[in-house]
Amino acid sequence: MSQSNRFKRKKTFRNTLEGMIPKILLACAFLSIITTFAIIFTLLSETVSFFQEVPFLSFITGTEWTALFSEAQQQFGILPLVAGTLLITVGAAIVAIPVGLASAIYLSEFAPERVRKVLKPVLEVLAGIPTIVYGYFAITVITPMLRFFMPELNFFNALSASIAVGIMIIPMIASLSEDAMRAVPDHIREAAYGLGSTRLEVALKIVLPAALSGVIASFVLALSRAIGETMIVTIAAGATPNLTANPTETVQTMTAFMVQAASGDISFQSIVYKSIYAVGMTLFVFTLVMNLMAQWIARRFREEY
Amino acid sequence: MATQDTFEGKNTSSLSDESAFQKGSARVTYRRFKNKSAHALFLGATLIGVVILAILLYDIFQRGLPYLNSDFIQNFASRRPSQAGIQAALWGSIWVIAVTAPLTFVIGVASAIYLEEYSQKGFLYRFIQLSIGNLAGVPSIVFGMLGLTIFVRQLALGRSVLAGALTMTLLILPIVIVSAREAIASVPNALRHASLAMGATRWQTIRQVVLPYSLPGILTGTILALSRAIGETAPLIMVGAVTYVAFNPTSLMDEFTVLPIQIYNWMGQPKEEFQYLAAAGIIVLLAILLSMNAIAIYLRNKFQR
Repeated sequence: MSQSNRFKRKKTFRNTLEGMIPKILLACAFLSIITTFAIIFTLLSETVSFFQEVPFLSFITGTEWTALFSEAQQQFGILPLVAGTLLITVGAAIVAIPVGLASAIYLSEFAPERVRKVLKPVLEVLAGIPTIVYGYFAITVITPMLRFFMPELNFFNALSASIAVGIMIIPMIASLSEDAMRAVPDHIREAAYGLGSTRLEVALKIVLPAALSGVIASFVLALSRAIGETMIVTIAAGATPNLTANPTETVQTMTAFMVQAASGDISFQSIVYKSIYAVGMTLFVFTLVMNLMAQWIARRFREEY
Repeated sequence: MATQDTFEGKNTSSLSDESAFQKGSARVTYRRFKNKSAHALFLGATLIGVVILAILLYDIFQRGLPYLNSDFIQNFASRRPSQAGIQAALWGSIWVIAVTAPLTFVIGVASAIYLEEYSQKGFLYRFIQLSIGNLAGVPSIVFGMLGLTIFVRQLALGRSVLAGALTMTLLILPIVIVSAREAIASVPNALRHASLAMGATRWQTIRQVVLPYSLPGILTGTILALSRAIGETAPLIMVGAVTYVAFNPTSLMDEFTVLPIQIYNWMGQPKEEFQYLAAAGIIVLLAILLSMNAIAIYLRNKFQR
């Protein structure tokens, strides 16, 4: 070996490997970017061809959704599906936000360590239960219970489904909000205790305002999850697109329509098939906006200590 | 009564010392009362989760347990409830997970290593991170549309085990990456420096120091993600995991069904016995999920440092 390249790296197997590894790893990491683009691209391409047959304006303003009817009677106005989705989401928020937030405050500010050690795993188990099981729970327990008080209630109704969806997102709100509240540094709490505050006052006037950005972000994330929830609403809310704000009625959500249409035998060229993508695209936009909003809230309104 | 003296000095209102003191202590009593009732209220809200979990499990066990026997595990789907079983669905789930597990583990850990150990914190890094964050919030049914378009149709895999498993891989990849990153980031830098100082290369350090140290954390995250995949229904309905399958898959290209889809199918049957079969199926599903969670928690506690 000549003197000049004495310090040059030898081309051994090990050195080649060292150079290759990061490239292979990068390729794997790149898969996430590819997936993101693949989702947008697949949804867009069929959606575009859907809009060549159905005008965009009648899609977003139409009040009739009869995609699975015979061709002469087909109407593609997405408002009933959006209304169904929002009805379920609002119902779920009414159930889950108070309970989830109260659980978070309890676990973060009140619970003794021993109690916490028992309750946390229970919430984790609740979070790990598949949505199909919550759907079963909705039609075997919640709906009969509601019908005991309201005998007139439809078997498939938005109320029962939104309670079940609410139960499903309680653990999510509780654990994300609790994380945000526990991240508030202790010296702030201790200062308030030192001034004679009760635990409640510390929780509501000190910790909650300090953690507010994280808490609100957890609400938004959980509701975005509720919007995309599929099995509970397919099982318990029914399959009738319905432009209504009445939770005792049968409704169909965007996700439930997608399942219903995909379960049947439809040709890949048909307008119904393309309409699944248009609905999927709408759903994707809803959840993407909410997720970005959650990230923005968490960043923009964060209190730094 | 030293405190009373100071009151006299400072209190300029027309109230006498005595009543000011009493008023103060009444206020303290009131604040304590408020604190105590809020404590009870928050505890109550947290217990709602426990109570719901108990009712849910009781309801399912009470309905499903009588139907849960060795015939139920060994029989295939049938139109007669007395002969229906979950063998095909159980094996379908096992096949899907057997393909999904190694894929997500390898790709997920590779992505995490790249992001934590190699990547410069530039544009590409932020872009990958943004993609992963958004993918985690995309509804599972949208992943189902992706799988239907790319795997079932474009790559012409059909409604096969492979198409389903690849869809599941993309769905849980973000969860695996996030938890693997956390595990890798928790490895103390001192260990890396020690290894590099001994003359080890970067890859040797990762393979022999970083990975062994973070493996329990990575495994915990992967197992939890896989248990989510086992319970997912909607994406596989979109991919077209057919509901009536009376055989076990024997190759990656076979048609298949999985436990949650079989359960969903039974729930839609008019005969009441099928509802009990669905409950029995849910018991099997929950048993699998809870044992996986138990393994994950065991790993986490055993190797926690």
